[in-house]
Amino acid sequence: MSEGDGEATGLVKKFLFVNRKAPYGTIYALEALEVVLISAAFDQDVSLAFLDDGVYQLVSANNPAGIGMKNFSPTYRALEDYDVTKLYVERESLAERGVSEDALIVPVTVVGRAEMGKVMAAQDVVLSF
Amino acid sequence: MLHTVNKSPFASLTLTQCLNHLAPGAAVLLIEDGVYGATAGTGAGTQIASCLGRFPVYVLGPDLEARGISHNQVVEGVVTVDYAGFVKLVVEHDAVQSWL
Amino acid sequence: MKIGILVNEGPYTHQASDSAYQFAVAALKVGHGVHRVFFYHDGVYNGSSLTDPPRDDRQIADRWSKLAAQHEIDLVVCVAAALRRGIRDQNLAPGFRISGLGQLVESGIQADRLVVFGD
Repeated sequence: MSEGDGEATGLVKKFLFVNRKAPYGTIYALEALEVVLISAAFDQDVSLAFLDDGVYQLVSANNPAGIGMKNFSPTYRALEDYDVTKLYVERESLAERGVSEDALIVPVTVVGRAEMGKVMAAQDVVLSF
Repeated sequence: MLHTVNKSPFASLTLTQCLNHLAPGAAVLLIEDGVYGATAGTGAGTQIASCLGRFPVYVLGPDLEARGISHNQVVEGVVTVDYAGFVKLVVEHDAVQSWL
Repeated sequence: MKIGILVNEGPYTHQASDSAYQFAVAALKVGHGVHRVFFYHDGVYNGSSLTDPPRDDRQIADRWSKLAAQHEIDLVVCVAAALRRGIRDQNLAPGFRISGLGQLVESGIQADRLVVFGD
């Protein structure tokens, strides 16, 4: 498995996955989640940012059965098992869309826009899809 | 952090969102359809002009030319770079965030 | 400096692959190393050997292959994304290889900079 090569370097970097796209309409959210799980296997310092339409990814009521797609929302619940616990959701993005924190599928850290900017600035590697 | 924006500000809020998240040490590079945001006399151009005092803003010249935007249409203070300049900006900043 | 590149979009429809290519060429020209280009999402189509664009258009898969051969760049197509989209070893352009997402994360760890091109 290639995963071992990364661990062998012993380097731990701060990875941020920036999620700004809604789920289901395009594949970006699902395939982003797949990278998140792999990066956790590399023992990196992983954070996820949800802002703009990305906050819709976490809505617990999402149910794509009727459009024939797999519901990947439960995967967000599994992140904790991979020690991925830094999920930052932007307060303004939630408010603009009328989404409350209670509607989200996992516990998150809600941050204001300025603080989200600081989270972004503190990273070594920023991945967006 | 170097932030790149590749969406037209007339089709997407990406430029606004990028500018709203800049932290000290940040710079912005407009590429692809993002270069339309550098046009003077537009709402986006005004937004960019107002942030220039705090953050440098660059625009990719080949993308400007491809879209028929001449240098005198670009917001004053926005610096035009070529791909070599893009590379230099990536090297000079500790990380890159692409606002996709 | 060691640079990694991620391409999220397929060729021709979106400019992402073109921007990534021009960026890579410029980086190599001034002596930086591009150690890996990782292709994800529809970006995996960049590695298809079956593309046959008009002669007067840019040959996107082919120019990636040539650049990789000249500068020893590792062109990696994500296996999960590739299998979803019908890209396999049998129709992979020269210089490309199919591997896991770990190669992208590893690029983020090992490279001094990772630059993302997408939609």
